[in-house]
Amino acid sequence: MERGADPRPARRAVDPLVAVPVLAVTLLGTAVGLVFFFAPVDADQGISQKIFYIHVPCALTAYACFAWGAWKAYLHLWKRTPGADMESYVAIHQGVIFGALTLLTGSIWAKASWGHWWVWSSRQLVLFLVLFLFYAAYFMLRFSIDPGPARANLSAVYAIFGVALIPVSFLAIRLAEDFVHPVVFKRSGPAMTGSMFLTFCVAWAGILALAAAFYHVELAGKRLDSRVRELRGLLR
Amino acid sequence: MTAYAGDVLTLARKDLRLELRARDTVPAMVLFVVATLVVFHFALPAASGDLAAYGLLWVALIFTSLLGLVRGFAAERDQGLLDALVLAPVDRSTIWVAKALAMLAFLALAQAVALPAFALFFAGVSWETVAGVALADIGICTVGTLLAAMAAASRTRELLLPLLFLPLAIPIVVGGVGASVVEEPGRYLGFLAVYDAIFAIISWASFEYVVTE
Amino acid sequence: MSGGDYLAAAYLVVLLVILVYVVIIGLKLARLDRDLSALVELARRRIEAPASMQEEQREQEEREESRVG
Repeated sequence: MERGADPRPARRAVDPLVAVPVLAVTLLGTAVGLVFFFAPVDADQGISQKIFYIHVPCALTAYACFAWGAWKAYLHLWKRTPGADMESYVAIHQGVIFGALTLLTGSIWAKASWGHWWVWSSRQLVLFLVLFLFYAAYFMLRFSIDPGPARANLSAVYAIFGVALIPVSFLAIRLAEDFVHPVVFKRSGPAMTGSMFLTFCVAWAGILALAAAFYHVELAGKRLDSRVRELRGLLR
Repeated sequence: MTAYAGDVLTLARKDLRLELRARDTVPAMVLFVVATLVVFHFALPAASGDLAAYGLLWVALIFTSLLGLVRGFAAERDQGLLDALVLAPVDRSTIWVAKALAMLAFLALAQAVALPAFALFFAGVSWETVAGVALADIGICTVGTLLAAMAAASRTRELLLPLLFLPLAIPIVVGGVGASVVEEPGRYLGFLAVYDAIFAIISWASFEYVVTE
Repeated sequence: MSGGDYLAAAYLVVLLVILVYVVIIGLKLARLDRDLSALVELARRRIEAPASMQEEQREQEEREESRVG
């Protein structure tokens, strides 16, 4: 159970709970401006190519969240860091949210580009489908065990399995293309111009900041929950 | 080193002897896989060809494994023996190795029937397929045993294990089917070996945390 | 649907997810508010209770004395 110990130092120059959302708003605002008023329109795909600026950052952010969750899981198992289990859970929760966003935006992009809502030939999409299934099972696992050290340990081990699965799955999907889809839609990899690359970087930073903002907000909410519970226990 | 191996063998022998006496898991797995193959005959349209059949073979193997894995820690869980095992003065990972070895034996027995049956019903089984099955078995048993221990600790048990196992089984299926159908299966067999190595190490290192607090 | 429509749909989906998140936070804050109000009430009663309990005890002792006496 969460103890009252506040892992954050008592006084901070800037509270991340304020700073990160402000950063997210700034970056995302700039990014959207860049996407619509600065980045050039793609010659081949037309304006729908601009979905790329949201789809790929969501994917990369999801990977980052899963990696962060696995890191916190490692800290919980091997370093016994207090609060690491909660942080791991929240990170993976964010990963699933942005993974779902990746699948949704990817599906829309597939429909716009190739006329189908789903294409098995997109490695990124298939990988995210597999990962989504894996991390959805993470929640099934977590909700089927009562809160306690057992739940924390099992969740942490599973989170580490997940992060190992990412590269292995990617490799598997690539290998599978040989006998599953002999013809691969090779997305004409955007030979990105300088302006496209800048827009992409800002968009990626923005989505990362958004995920970080959600992360901090959710963690704060959970800490509040446990403090209220602690207070209730004391008053009984 | 030998003490470790001794512990593993003791525990594995216990599981094998229990199965020999009860004779419930392996016969069920054998019957299940043969019945599944028969169902597949009716599920495959005439023009599908051999390639579809190989794909379905691997589906059958994965689900047969699940059947055995679900039973994996059933006895320990039902009689509260897992706690006793954990308290025993042995390295916790020996429990995992022993259980995985026993599962490997059960799976191999079931497959000794399944592969000839497949050859009889559908298409020939090449040496590459057998190698693929052998490598896949290692992956299935190492990862599956750890996941079975996890599922045993949850309320939903048998329901949870397939959910945990199937996403991790996808690379195994890719490796296995690839080894069965492609001209040069070396890459796929190599991939299965890599999968086995990575996940065996992770499973071995983390089993301790799955059974203790 | 044209390319621009799909583009709008994609960005709209992201916006919706963000807004749904805000709604969920709002619900959580409402629940926390309710819980804390209940706890404040509980704490207030706990502080007043010993005082009123002592009063009740004194009243009861006086009644017993007047009956006996």
